[in-house]
Amino acid sequence: MSFFIGAIAQGLLWAVMAIGVYITYRILDIADLTAEGCFTLGAGITCKLITSGLNPFLSTGIALVGGLLAGLCTGVLHTKLKIPALLSGILTMTGLWSINLRVMGKSNIPLLREKTIISLLESLGFEKNYAAIFSGLILTAIVILFLWWFFSTEIGYALRATGNNKNMIRANGVDTDKVTILGVMLGNGLIALSASLVAQFNNFADIQMGVGSIVIGLASVIIGEVVFGKRTILRSLIAVALGSVLYRIIIALVLELGLKTDDMKLISSILLAVALCFPNIRNIATRNLKNSIQRGGK
Amino acid sequence: MLKLQEVHQKFEIGTVNEKHILHGINLTVNEGDFITIIGGNGAGKSTMLNAIAGSNQITSGKIFIDNIDLTNAKEHQRAKYIGRVFQDTRMGTASDLSIEENLAIAYRRGKARGLKVGITQSERKMYKELLTSLDLGLENRLKDKTRYLSGGQRQALTLIMASFHHPKILLLDEHTAALDPKTAKNVLDLTVKIVGENKLTALMVTHNMKDALKIGNRLIMLHKGNIILDISGEEKAKLGVSDLLKMFEKASGEEINNDRMLLS
Repeated sequence: MSFFIGAIAQGLLWAVMAIGVYITYRILDIADLTAEGCFTLGAGITCKLITSGLNPFLSTGIALVGGLLAGLCTGVLHTKLKIPALLSGILTMTGLWSINLRVMGKSNIPLLREKTIISLLESLGFEKNYAAIFSGLILTAIVILFLWWFFSTEIGYALRATGNNKNMIRANGVDTDKVTILGVMLGNGLIALSASLVAQFNNFADIQMGVGSIVIGLASVIIGEVVFGKRTILRSLIAVALGSVLYRIIIALVLELGLKTDDMKLISSILLAVALCFPNIRNIATRNLKNSIQRGGK
Repeated sequence: MLKLQEVHQKFEIGTVNEKHILHGINLTVNEGDFITIIGGNGAGKSTMLNAIAGSNQITSGKIFIDNIDLTNAKEHQRAKYIGRVFQDTRMGTASDLSIEENLAIAYRRGKARGLKVGITQSERKMYKELLTSLDLGLENRLKDKTRYLSGGQRQALTLIMASFHHPKILLLDEHTAALDPKTAKNVLDLTVKIVGENKLTALMVTHNMKDALKIGNRLIMLHKGNIILDISGEEKAKLGVSDLLKMFEKASGEEINNDRMLLS
């Protein structure tokens, strides 16, 4: 059962990352690969600052700012310099590799006996996985409540409409460039925030740790929506967070079946591919079912 | 009110595909004008409306609204003066947002948007009353996403949104062309009603000559990027479709060769 608790812990730590991906992928309708570099950035900033003796909460906050800046870069490349979104994300992601190495000073920063948010909770008597569940749950709840409120404001409406119909929202007087930049910043800020917590749980930051994170985020978004629904914004946000947990449970089960951690990336990709085509398969299946019922009735 | 001076619009300049769509349009629209715009395919009707709205930056010339030079203003900056309804019924609303959310977005057209609540309770009440008075069957569907509406309902909704806060200019770009005849008539009636009640200044592109003659106080015909006919008042009221065809032949020096205009 311990693998199950571990999976829930990982899922909740990554839930905010999935919500960040949800903002760019679903709300703005952009596949933003900045995530890969941004995730490492959040973890790297956190570990660098914590090992320099900074308060872990403050370090986490600065990681969030780092993510916002990474998003700003991608947003400006895409809107002001008219580079396609996918390419803008790739450019930032690639550039961030060097920046991350500069920030970290080396390719791996271990946290040995430093104070982290997780270790603080442990000193209060939490077992490590439960410390992760507790902190992940609180952070995810705060983020969901914040976004639920934000998406019901005037700017929030404008952001949702921008991803939906740029012509319409421009005709209603909204500068879609500004709103798009804001959305990409928000998404990447959350990704870095999540990464900060993941690093404090894992006790290290590694230059490689962001690789494949976009696939994990997207898989969580899609699995969450397919399983838990997406009728309202609040429902979608909760569904994506639960999707992140479900993703980790599926991965943990697959690993229990005897696959190695080296197979993780392949499993992630297959899982995402299945989740992506699931709605189509379901449509085809229901159509075939209807057809066969009709045929049967004749 | 609205003034276009020597407006030229070219696309793909400097390539073999260069297209010169508007050839120095001069047009002064007076306050309260309801102008219908006709012309064949490629005459520049939509391009002219896009130039006014700022969807395309014009190549040369000037555009004024109330003597304010808007030539270099971006589309979203002009939005506070302009309401728009498009031909494509999906273009006017955000399909994943609800009816009331779309209305609330339009209600803030041209205003600064902040972190205030996106729709207030009193607005909800107002929208419900508004939709009830228009009898579109939408008053109990305020929470429905607009993707679930019919094309006619979406156009009616877009029309209401575009007419909020008395825009200086209402641009209607063949906004009934994608609808079936009965729905098209309903939306057109609603258009006439809204423009009349609110005393709006409107430009309406249509390919239906009868509608163009029946509706509005002024008629403009475009041909190859030029205004070849501009009639209003009495003169327009007396005109029939056959007169219009003759005037077109005389003005353009060619016979009309556009099935869509003739058959409709």
